[in-house]
Formats: sequence, C-alpha cells, structure tokens
Amino acid sequence: MKIIVTVKQVPDPDIPPTHFKVDEGARKVVPPAGVAPVMNGYDGNALEAALRLKENHGGTVTVLTVGGAEARDTLKRAIAMGADSAVHVNDPALADSDSATTASVLAAAIKKIGEFDLVLSGRQASDTDAGQVPLGVAEILGLPSAAPVVSIEPAGDGLKVHRMIEDGYQVVEIGLPALVAVSSEIGEPRYPPLRGIMAAGRAQIPVWTAADLGVDVSGARRSTLRRLYVEQREAQVDLIEADTPEEAGIALANRLREAKLI
Amino acid sequence: MADKGGVLVVAETIDGALAPISAELVGAGTRLAEGLGGTASAVLLGSGLDAAASSLAALGTARVLVADDERLADLQPDPTVATLAAIVGTEEPSAVLFGHTPSLREAAIRLAYRLGTAITTDCTALRAEDGIVVMTKPVFGGAAIAEYANESGPTIATLRPRAFEPVEAGSATAEIVKVDVPADVASRAKVVETVKEAATSGPRLKDAKTVVSGGRGLGGPENWPVVEELAGALGAAVGATRAVTDAGWVPPTHQVGLTGTTISPDLYVTVAVSGAVQHIAGCSGSRNIVAINRDPDANIFRHARFGVVGDYQKVVPALTKRIKELRG
Repeated sequence: MKIIVTVKQVPDPDIPPTHFKVDEGARKVVPPAGVAPVMNGYDGNALEAALRLKENHGGTVTVLTVGGAEARDTLKRAIAMGADSAVHVNDPALADSDSATTASVLAAAIKKIGEFDLVLSGRQASDTDAGQVPLGVAEILGLPSAAPVVSIEPAGDGLKVHRMIEDGYQVVEIGLPALVAVSSEIGEPRYPPLRGIMAAGRAQIPVWTAADLGVDVSGARRSTLRRLYVEQREAQVDLIEADTPEEAGIALANRLREAKLI
Repeated sequence: MADKGGVLVVAETIDGALAPISAELVGAGTRLAEGLGGTASAVLLGSGLDAAASSLAALGTARVLVADDERLADLQPDPTVATLAAIVGTEEPSAVLFGHTPSLREAAIRLAYRLGTAITTDCTALRAEDGIVVMTKPVFGGAAIAEYANESGPTIATLRPRAFEPVEAGSATAEIVKVDVPADVASRAKVVETVKEAATSGPRLKDAKTVVSGGRGLGGPENWPVVEELAGALGAAVGATRAVTDAGWVPPTHQVGLTGTTISPDLYVTVAVSGAVQHIAGCSGSRNIVAINRDPDANIFRHARFGVVGDYQKVVPALTKRIKELRG
C-alpha cells in the first residue's frame, strides 16, 4: 500500500500556560524562547498507523508537510521513525495562508507525488484545533473519507476502519484510494531508533514551492482571522480552608449550595 | 433567490429522538438570523424522522426541511454532503450551522469545501457585525481565543455542544417541508456495524449539566470509587483525564480533553486532576470548576472558581456525605 502522511509542525502544546503569549497586533503566537516546535500529536499517531500498515502488509510511507524552513525537523523525525521519503512544501507566500489554501496546496502536492492508495492525517492540529484541512484535501481530491478513526485494517480491496461516534464507534468499509484522519487511540508514535536517526541525517528532502505545484496562492482568502487574544481571567479561585480536610470537604459542599450549584 | 440573512441549522437525532444540540442550534441560529435581518430554518437528515421532525417543528424556526431517506441512515459523508449542497443551493442562506459532533462534523467540513466557502469549527460564540458573521473559537488547546470571519458566503460553522443557550419547545409549529436526496447519490463508505460502548450509569458526559472527573493523582484504579460516589451524589456524569484512560482505569469514552470529549457543564468537579493544557482544552467551557488537589500550584486552580488544597481521600468522602445531606 502506498501511503502519504500529512504532518504539521506546531508550538509544543506542553509549554506551561504561563509561557504562552500572543502578539495581538500581529494576531500570532509569540514562540516561547528555548522551546522547539514539535510534530502535531495526532500527526504522530497518523505516521505510527502508516508505519504499522507498512510493516504488516507492505508498502511505502511518504510524509508531506507545508511549512517554513524549521518544518524540516519534523520531516527528519518522520524519516527517523521509519518513513521512506518526505516532501517539504515551503513558500513564503504560504506563511499566513488560511485552511482552504493549505488544503489546496497539500492536494496539489499529493497529486505531484503521484500514485497513492491512502492519505493518513491527524484528526486536528493542536494549534488551531480546527480539523478541517485533511477533509478539505479529501474533498478537493474527490476521495472518500473517514474521521476520526481509531483502528485501520486492510479488508478486500479497501479498508475496514473504526470511526468514533458519540458513544462508541462505527465499523466502516471504505474503498481506496481514501483519506483517513486518525485519533490518538490508534497508537502512540514510536521513538526513532538509532538506525533511523542516521538514515534521517542522510535523507534528501525535496522542497517545492507553490509555483512548482501550479497553485495560485495570490487569490482572495476565504477566511480571515480578525482577532487573537488570551482571555483575561477575572475569576480568582476561592480557596476553602478549614482545620481538617474533612471539614474543608463539608465547607465546600455548603459553599456550592450557597452558590446554588448543587 | 438568495435568502439574505437567512440561517439554516442542521439538527441531529439520537436513537430516533431529537438530540439536545438541536435546541442549542435553533437558539444560536435564531439570534444570528435576527442580527443578519433574516429568518432561521432547521434541517433534519436521516431515516425514520417523523417523531424528531415534530419535536423540531415545536422549537420555533420558520420551516423544518426534512430529508428522510434510507441512504441517510448512517449520515455517511457522501450522501449527506450531496443532500446538504442541494439544500443550500436552493435556499441560498447566509449561514449554515452544525453541531461540532462526530455525527455531522465531517460532512460540515466537506460541505464548506464543496461549496468553495469557509468553515470555522468548534465555535463557542457567534455574532452578526455589519452583516458579517463573526465566529469565536478557542485555539491552542484553549490557551487563546480566535475570531474568524468568512470572506464569502455562505458562512459555515460547527458549534460546541452546550456553549449556546437552547430554546424551549413552545406552541409553535414550523411548516415541515420534505426534501429529496439527489438521485445519483451513493456512499463510497459503508457502515457494516455500529458498536455502542457499554452504557455507563448516569447522564451522558457531553450533555451533562454536572461532571465529576478524576486524575492520575488518585493513585490507582482501586481509588476510582471515590469519584463514582461523588458523581452519584451529584447526579453527575463521570469523566477522567487522558492519563487515567490511557492507564486503563476507565474506558476511553470517559476522557475529557483535547483528545476526548469536550464538556461545558454548569458544574465541573475535578478530583486529583492537575489541569494539563490538553485537559483544560476539553473543559474550559465549564461555567464553574471546582478543584480538589494536594498541590497548591496545580494549574487547575488557575481555572477553578472554588478549590480545596488537600488530600482527596479525606476531602472527597466528607464532601460526598454532605452533598447527600443537602440534596436530601
């Protein structure tokens, strides 16, 4: 099976909340000093799912990203984990692109990579928490999709996947080629083995621009970020103190009753 | 004929009845339509919808458009998106609102790309500003808030469950209009089985007005009954952090957070939960958070309205007992 995995580099979601700052004028997050960006968590799960499919059923895994020069580190890590090849779309014109533009660039890059059976993506990125780019890619490429998915196995000429629903999951049969966006339950990403890290050091990663893909990125945006801010918390915690923890528990219940919450 | 300022809300069912998100969508859609100078109508998709359509008609939209068809039984993206695209083509609304739910989120996003418009997902507020829809949503795991607007219509948004005031059913009876599924539609994905996780006692996590969660600080699964008993006393749904579900103390369906369920209860009580960013992402919509944790520096206290710094093994049983007394 030929698999393409889309990955995104994001600010480390584990940075302490006190280090998180936004530049409201620029409508951007201020990268915290000394904290390197990381591969989006769900994209790591998607790569892990791809590597397992390859190990168990054969095939190749290509990782694809759209991002600045620093996104190369994420592609190197993917190769170190076991991906066969990587493609980096890097174009200054894409620096502030909206989701629709990113989806059309990814779709064009997937076409340029050529033959594939499956596109695997993370269900959403931990920066915008939107989850729309993978499904946008599916729509642009005319692929059937399933999201969010917690298990994938080949079945006949297609796949059998478990798609999360409110209180359980659907077992869905889907033909190939297809796009599947995965959730974390599909499996934790592996640590790169030493051999992989050496392979990543040697890897040649082609860099494509929007022009290489024949995508016009000068067009009007479909969505505009009008404001980005950190919510000021006026509510300070009301700490309930008492002589013993048991009395604190009783006092808490009383306070919740006064506040008409119970 | 474009319905200037018109808003369509796409309602949902659960086990054949109208789902709670539907009344929230009608409430949000009606207010947005007022701001845009138009009217709101509701859409219902699925199979065997007579009862749910009647309930929806009582919520006070101008019309209820019902596509009742076997092919929509599982709401798979292909037939769902084709049907919605046809409805939007006829109605030409200014905005289309969905719940940010597993049932229709995938179709909502694909619809936006099919129509060549834009979507903002997981919104917690909407407003009309000079005829433009401004959508508010938490980003970066809830650490920041973003406001988006579309450059062209229709605006499509998915709304976070319980973030919007629901409307009450009244004496209204909207006109119910049957809508056809486009003839050439087939799903390329086929649902062969639907597996419901073992139903837990108590209310559903996502819709619950009160939720009690436990974290890794409990120490081990043998201490989990402390959380269950407190939830029982409050009539609350039971949640857990990712660390707890990853460790297998409770099934993953209980997970509250970025990778689990997003909740917006009136009261959220956390026991031995530290408040990792990814957990806060799933509960930041809670109206009142209560934190019980031994560590006074735990991040959860930054988000809490009430807190007790102390050993949960001593605090919580006393809390549970007192709540039982107060609630009679």
